[in-house]
Order: sequence, then C-alpha cells, then structure tokens
Amino acid sequence: MSDKIKLVVIGNGPVGHNFLEALVESGQSEHYQVTVFGEEPLPAYDRVHLTSWFKNQDVADINMVKEGFYPQNNFTLFTGEKVTNIDRFKQIVTSESGQEIAYDKIILATGSFPFVPPVPGHQRDNVFVYRTIDDLEKMTAAAKNSKVGAVIGGGLLGLEAAKALMDLGLETHVVEFAPRLMAVQVDDGGGAMLSKKIQDLGVSVHTQKNTQNIAAGESNFHKMSFADGTELNTDIIVFSAGIRPRDELARNAGLGMGARGGVVINNNCVTSDDNIYAIGEVALWNNQIFGLIAPGNAMAKAAVDHLTGTGTIEFAGADMSTKLKLMGVDVASIGDAHGNTPNSRSYTYVNDREEVYKKIVVSEDDKHLLGAVLIGDAAEYGSLLQFMLNKMELPSEPEGLILPSVDGSSSGIGVDALPDSAVLCSCMNVSKADVVDAVQAGACDMGAIKSCTKAATGCGGCTALVTQVLNNELEKQGVEVNTDLCEHFAYTRQDLYNIIRVDNIKTFEELLDKYGTGLGCDICKPTAANILASCWNEHVFNHNLQGLQDTNDYYMGNMQKDGTYSVVPRIAGGEITPNKLIVLGEVANKYNLYTKITGGQRVDLFGARSEQLPMIWRELVDAGFETGHAYGKSLRTVKSCVGSNWCRYGVQDSMGMSIRLENRYKGLRSPHKLKMAVSGCTRECAEAQSKDVGVIATESGWNMYVCGNGGMKPRHADLFASDLSDSDLIQYIDRFFMFYIRTADRLQRTSVWMDNMEGGLEYLKSVIIDDKLGLADELEQEMSAVVDTYQCEWKTTIDDPIKMKRFTHFINSDKQDDNIIFTTEREQIRPIATTELELAFEVK
Amino acid sequence: MTNQTQWANICETSEILPNIGVCALFKNQQVAIFKVIDQEGAEQLFAINNYCPFSRSNTISRGIAGNINNKIVIASPLYKQHFDLETGICIEDQNVKISTYPVRLKGSTVQLAA
Ligand code: SRM
Ligand SMILES: Cc1cc2nc3c(=O)[nH]c(=O)nc-3n(C[C@H](O)[C@H](O)[C@H](O)COP(=O)(O)OP(=O)(O)OC[C@H]3O[C@@H](n4cnc5c(N)ncnc54)[C@H](O)[C@@H]3O)c2cc1C
Ligand code: SF4
Ligand code: FES
Repeated sequence: MSDKIKLVVIGNGPVGHNFLEALVESGQSEHYQVTVFGEEPLPAYDRVHLTSWFKNQDVADINMVKEGFYPQNNFTLFTGEKVTNIDRFKQIVTSESGQEIAYDKIILATGSFPFVPPVPGHQRDNVFVYRTIDDLEKMTAAAKNSKVGAVIGGGLLGLEAAKALMDLGLETHVVEFAPRLMAVQVDDGGGAMLSKKIQDLGVSVHTQKNTQNIAAGESNFHKMSFADGTELNTDIIVFSAGIRPRDELARNAGLGMGARGGVVINNNCVTSDDNIYAIGEVALWNNQIFGLIAPGNAMAKAAVDHLTGTGTIEFAGADMSTKLKLMGVDVASIGDAHGNTPNSRSYTYVNDREEVYKKIVVSEDDKHLLGAVLIGDAAEYGSLLQFMLNKMELPSEPEGLILPSVDGSSSGIGVDALPDSAVLCSCMNVSKADVVDAVQAGACDMGAIKSCTKAATGCGGCTALVTQVLNNELEKQGVEVNTDLCEHFAYTRQDLYNIIRVDNIKTFEELLDKYGTGLGCDICKPTAANILASCWNEHVFNHNLQGLQDTNDYYMGNMQKDGTYSVVPRIAGGEITPNKLIVLGEVANKYNLYTKITGGQRVDLFGARSEQLPMIWRELVDAGFETGHAYGKSLRTVKSCVGSNWCRYGVQDSMGMSIRLENRYKGLRSPHKLKMAVSGCTRECAEAQSKDVGVIATESGWNMYVCGNGGMKPRHADLFASDLSDSDLIQYIDRFFMFYIRTADRLQRTSVWMDNMEGGLEYLKSVIIDDKLGLADELEQEMSAVVDTYQCEWKTTIDDPIKMKRFTHFINSDKQDDNIIFTTEREQIRPIATTELELAFEVK
Repeated sequence: MTNQTQWANICETSEILPNIGVCALFKNQQVAIFKVIDQEGAEQLFAINNYCPFSRSNTISRGIAGNINNKIVIASPLYKQHFDLETGICIEDQNVKISTYPVRLKGSTVQLAA
C-alpha cells in the first residue's frame, strides 16, 4: 500500500471522470492510491446532456459511471465533499469536513461556474443558473408556480436553458446583450436566421438588451429593466452569461494563473507546480480556456500519458467547431466563422422558404476551407469539418458544397479521400483509422462501432460521417452493405415504398417490370407484398399478391419446425370473456392442439396441420374471434394492465385505450412487427417502455414513448410527448407509424430505425409533432385509408371456397403428411424429436 | 430418358398457380411442383422432392420461387436455404441435393415421371 503513488483528483465532473477511465485504460492504475473529491452530491454525470435530465428527471439517464467502477479499481470517492485547501509544502489537501489527505500528485479538474453579472437584484429568489442537476431541480420546482421565464444570454447554453424553460411549459424569453444570438459562433446572417427560427418555435428573442436592474414585478415575480428604458415582466430568470474557471483553490495555492483566470498548463497539462496537473474547463492553455468536452478529454489523456509515462500524447489545442440541435434547429459553426482571416472569401446560400442559412469561408485562392456557418440544415457539417481539419483541397467551385444538389446526389466528400488520421468523432477522439480497425475486427453496424470505439456516443454530431466510413469500409471488404434490397432491385426498401406510392403500383409484376430485373426472390417478394399492403391494404390472397407471401402470410399462421402451424386469435389488450376462453379450450381439445399463454398476453394453439387451419378458424370466427396477425410484419399485441377500473393506483382506463389502439392498428403491415402496450399508471405493469409505442397514463392524459424493444437487443423507449389527450395520442401514433413505414429498412424494428436516424429523437419530434416536413396530413390520411379497409383475413378466406383449396397438403390426394408425428409431454402434444424417432424405429 | 418413360397424371395445370408450389403424392413420395413464369412470360414446370433436409420437414412446396444468379430456385420456408429447381442442388451448401423429377404438360394435364 505505502509504495503506491498517492493521487488526489479534485473535481468529479465529466473530465475528472474521463481522466480516471483513461488511467484504468493505461493499465497503470494499480500503482496509484486514488482519492477523488467531488463537490456535487452525485458521482460524475454527463453535463453535455444535462438537458435530457428533464425527460425522466432521472440521473440514471446521464450517469457516466459504470456500475462498480470506483470500488473495482480501488478508487476512493468522496461525493458532496469540497476541497478547501491545497498545502503545497506539506503536500496535503484539506476538505470541507476537515479531512486531510496527503498527496504525491494532484489532478485539478474543478471545471467552471456560470458567471452572474452583478446586476442589482441578481440575488433575488427565482434567479437561477444552468449548470448542475441541483440547478435543474430548483428551476423545475420554481416553474410549477410560474408562467413566464427569461434567460439572460443568447449563447449556446442560454438557448439550451430556454428550451428547458419552454419544456417546463413557460412563456419563454431570451435576452441578449449583443445584436444577435450565439454571437461567438455565428455571423450576422446566421444569427438573424437563427432568431427567426427560434421565434417561430414560440420563444421571444430580445437582442441588444442590457439588463440594468431586477426588482419585484407587479404582474409577475420579477421586473427586468433594460438600458434602453424597456422592461420585461417574468417569474423566473436564468443567467447564462458565460463561464469562469473555478480556479480559487489554485489561486490560493499560488499556482501560475492567467490574467483573466484559469490555471496555466503546458502541453502535458502540468501547472507551474510539477506535482499538480490541471485539465478541463479550469485549465488555461496557450491563453485559452476550452469550454467544450472534447478538449477536456484530450487533456485528460495527455495528463495520463505524462503521469504514467505510458504514452507521449500531448495536448495541442483543439478545434472549437460545434454542431448542435437547439430546440430542434440545426446549428453548426466551423473554424473562422466570421471570415476574420485577411483576404478570405465567403459564399453564402440563404433560403427563406426553408429557413436555411449556409456560409463557407475559404482561402483567397479558393483552395482551402477556413470556416463555415450552417443554420437550419447542418447536413454538410461532417464533410466541411474534414475539409478544414485535414486541409484538403476544395473542389473547383467550392460553393457547390453548400448549394442544394439538383439531382439529389450528395456534394460531400468521398470518405475514401480522408486521411487515416482524420478525427471523425472529436468528442471521443476517434479517428478514421480507429473506425476502420473496428470494422476489420468484425464490427458491422453502428451499434457495434459505438460500443467498441465510443464514436458518436458524445454529442452525436459525427454520426452521419462515421456511418459513411463504416459503410465505405464494409463495401471495400465486399460485405453487402449494399443497400440494394436484393439482386432484383437496386433500391432500398424506402425507395421502393416511394416508387410504389408515387407510381401507384399495385402488383409485383409491374414493379419488377419497371424497376427490377429477373424473377424476384424470397427477399423482394415479401417486401413488395408488405409495402403493397401498407399502401393499398388488399387481401394477402389477392390474385396478384399471393405468390409473394412468405409461407406464414400465405397460410396465415406461423410455420413451426415440423411444418405444422400455430393459431393465434386476437385477444385485444389481453381481455377475454370466459365464454371465449371456453371456446379456445374446446377448439384446442377438438383438434388436439398444444395450448400456451404467449408473452403477448394471448393464447397460442400449436400443431395445426395446414388442412386443419380452415376448420379451426371457421369455429373461431364463428365464436367472434379474429386473426391475431402473429404471422406477418404487422401489429402484434397491445399489452395492457388492468388499469383504473380495478387497480387502486390506476389513473386512466388503460384497458379501454389498449383495446382501442389494438383495434385501430390491427392488420397494419409494416417493415417489421409492431408491439405496443398501455399502462394505467407510472408503476408500468404493462412494460410499455419496452415497446415500439408505449403509453403510460398520467393524471391528465397519456405519456407516449417510442422505439422501445425487448428481444435480442433491448432498448428502453424514449419519452416522446407528455399528457396527451386521447385524440392527440392517436394522431401522433398514426403519424409515427406511417413515417416509420415510409422510411425504415426491411426488417428494421423502430428501435434500430431510431438509432440510425440522423437527428434522432428531436428530429422525429420535429416531423411528427411540429410537422417540419409538412407530411402530417398525408401520413394521417394514409393511416385512415388502412384503418378503413381493414378486414380479418381469416374471415374473408373461409367465406371463399376457392381460397380454401390451398390448405390441403396434397393436390391429388386427401392423405395427410405422414412426417408429422407428435408425442405427449405434460398432457399435451409436441413434435417428436428426431432422436426419439430414430429410437422408435430401432425398437420396431 | 427413353420412350418407355411412364408418365402419371397429377392434376390440371389450372390447379397450379404461377410461382406457388403444390405438393403431389407420387409413388409414395411427396413431390413439390412449381409453375414458374419467366421474364418472357413463358411457363416452366419443375418437380422436386418436398422434403427439406435442413428442417427435416415436408415443406419445400410452401417456399417462395425466384431466381438467384440466373438459376431458378426455391427458398425453403423454414430456414431459407435455396435449392436450384433444375438440379436440386442447394445454393448455400453444394453437398446437399434434393431429388428432382421429370415433369411435363400433356394437353392441360401436369404429368410426373420417375
Ligand atoms: C409465441 C411467442 C412466444 C411465447 O410462447 O410466448 C413468440 C414466438 C415467436 N417469436 Fe417472439 N414470441 C412471442 C413474444 C415475444 C416477445 C414478448 C412480447 O411481445 O411482449 C418478444 C420481445 C419483445 C419485442 O419484440 O421487442 C419477442 C421477440 C421476438 C424476436 C426478437 C425481436 C427483436 O426485435 O429482437 C423474434 C425474431 C424476429 O422477429 O426477427 C421473435 C420471433 C418469434 C417467432 C415468430 C419465431 C419464428 O419465426 O418462428 C415465434 C413464432 C411463434 C408462433 O408460431 O406463433 N420474437 N417475442 C410470443 C407470441 C406473442 C404474441 O402473442 O404474439
Ligand atoms: C447545459 C450544458 C450543455 C453543454 N453542452 C455541451 C455540448 O454540446 N458540447 C460540449 O462539448 N460541451 C458542452 N457543455 C460543456 C461541458 O459540459 C463542459 O465542457 C464539461 O462539463 C467540462 O468538464 P469539467 O469536468 O472540466 O468541468 P465540470 O463539468 O464543471 O466539473 C467540475 C466538477 O468539479 C467540482 N468541483 C469544483 N470545485 C471543486 C472543489 N473545490 N472540490 C471538489 N469538487 C469541486 C464541480 O462541482 C463539478 O462537479 C455543456 C455544458 C452545459 C452546462
Ligand atoms: S424465444 Fe426463441 S424459441 Fe422462444 S418463442 Fe421466441 S423465437 Fe421461439
Ligand atoms: S463528435 Fe460528438 S459524438 Fe462524435
């Protein structure tokens, strides 16, 4: 123990934690006796995603610390314990509660604090800053009794705080001293477009306002007075006027400081004291403070390398380009956004209808990109950034990079042109070579890339680019990333969907004729059948469609391992009358079917021979059952808890809602199966958060969750909208499903669709809730067309003698398939195993 | 094949839908018969044993017909291996082969031979 190096880490923010992870990764951590102090009551959480805390108000969503990380590595962590002094002569740090810890080395990672200008009245109640979970909790509490909120400061963080106020249901104002928003990152034109878009969202923007006083208001809690004589009444104020390094410890200890604060470090992140390192937002490198996470992490790595001697990476500054989504608005700023470089040229593209602003700044000779501003659409961010960072030569007319392409082809760079060292993900410092290596080691989708390189797990801004590199690499290895559906169609499922809709195509033959080659196969035929059904909803047996169906659709039952089928009648919401249960029992007895309660709250009858299916369904349909679509890529079940009719905690009628939803969406064909659930209160007995669409009752309506998944790779659903009325809920689900049907890949569940969606949840919200693409009406109409043309496929079939013919096993005999052999187990049938069969023959 | 080949009547061609298999009982064997329409619109008949060696079930007739690299194939419905309808050879595993049978259209009647 005693020969270990005593290391004290002060500050348990994202960068302090990142340092510890890097230390473990270096393999040297066992040589250190590590003590960590954090002033906040919680272990490190992801401040970059602070705003997402509002979603569930659950720190687990942004927790950064893997379970057991501190004890497993023998790190001692004191949370809620501020360090108050560093004695550099005795080499001891003292904490608030009086603990004294001796050190050999210190890592100072105390971050920064929000600057609050000394405006008279800034100490009043209901004035907040936006930095910690504690701040958010206080804001949320205050918002409950408030109507209006104002943010002072229209920078990046100010706009994020404004979004939070808006989400808390307040009338929201942003007050900015400068003549435009995000003055540091964007130019005048971009700032103007940004203001416009943000005002469209219902936030009032006040620029050139110098707040001079905050006093008690009449109509509201505060009254803000500005230098120009105007006033604003508000109940809550959030200051977001910049950050200042938390350098008080270092200052008192006499370390070298910058003129305007910050602890001076060298390229190894060592301060003026060789035993003390500083990293993250507290550190001043080359007279700069870096207010972003990526440079902080780079400093952490440099400090680990120097401390342990295991590497030679030095901190060499960082690019401050940023891409974010502020209230659903894409904003990106790269390099010299203002065109300050002497003789630089700039090209601007403004589209007032789409509210898009794009500008690039290039060198005098048009050869190199120096900077860019993108507002409203930042699709080119990844490629532009790479042009700048790698000093790649621009195409001859560089304006083409931001002009909308007429033929739909992308004007970005081929990722092949990127050097291996190009950093694709700056948050996690992942280079192109890292991604390529991961692909070569077997990672073949974004999920795998994320888990083995961490790329795209920070701000997410690099997702598109990383995906391109991944696909490019897979292609090179001859892996079929080929997005062609199959050899017969050089189109994706999404393309085919659009083709079928736009060209009004009704048959596979027509589709193949116009857009495909060959005869088709077991991939494209069922896919086409599925899309045709989503669009036109004709019966699966219609003359032109029947040859396309997978056997499960064709026989309207799932084929089991021995060639028999399962029978799954719909039991909406899991509610079933005793009489219907009796019918199920009688039918199962009569045809000797294996009977089981499924994981979807209904009953599955197994072991039906194809020729028995019509008789079985005749009896079920007569008793009032419908097909449950257990076959087919379509809605399975809407699980439900018993809800407010019976349960003492239920706040809404979950049973009623689930039955309504199941009946609305039954039969809807989709890229993959769809599952839903409705819970009657937050106890969530229906497990709605593991479904494609989950609904949870609240006191005042329904919370809607989307894109959950159980199955092979579970994913918790995301909260999509809160406190919806019945009709809003159904409207959103209509749009959501139809948008998924339009845009997902074949066999892509909503979870994977979401994980691959550029812009993610916020984008989806903008399409479904804000109707950013102007599609909402169309989507609703398409859904109502499907709902209106619903038919129970089994009912239609047993009413049609011609359709019934297909179910006999032999075309020329009434005999049965003699290869189907059952044995019994626990009083029911099951297919005999091959080994048992062989045994039986031997005995004979 | 000689002139002595014995052809047996199985069914009318109208009973077989394009690209959708049926299963015939022929000399105590299960035979899947397909009527594939090629791109020129010509009908071609194929006959192949109905037993799928991978799933060990009599299910070949319920697969989806199509083509892969110019070969006309049937995809087995359970685990989706493809069999060349001409030769019976499995595309994914050339060592596996299902028996195929001579099949023809006599007038409007579909016939099989051993
Ligand atoms: C019968 C049932 C198991 C049971 O005995 O309880 C079942 C049976 C099958 N499941 Fe399931 N799943 C059943 C509930 C589930 C559930 C639980 C649920 O729905 O709450 C899940 C996890 C939830 C989810 O999907 O997110 C589930 C996840 C899967 C998956 C993995 C999906 C994924 O996204 O990872 C597959 C494979 C697939 O679809 O590609 C699958 C596929 C299948 C197939 C279709 C496999 C196949 O191709 O033969 C099985 C067909 C059974 C049949 O013949 O009817 N089954 N399966 C359940 C039927 C529910 C129903 O009433 O419709
Ligand atoms: C709302 C919001 C959104 C953001 N979005 C982005 C983004 O999109 N992209 C991006 O790159 N960056 C973003 N940032 C900035 C990013 O969060 C910071 O760069 C990052 O948190 C810096 O990490 P740090 O560990 O250096 O400092 P901090 O996160 O400030 O952590 C320092 C920790 O040390 C503790 N501490 C301080 N003094 C002491 C002491 N004496 N004793 C013990 N503990 C002490 C503090 O309580 C704090 O917990 C955002 C920040 C906020 C607030
Ligand atoms: S878990 Fe596997 S074996 Fe069980 S029902 Fe689902 S798919 Fe079949
Ligand atoms: S750049 Fe932020 S996650 Fe990759």
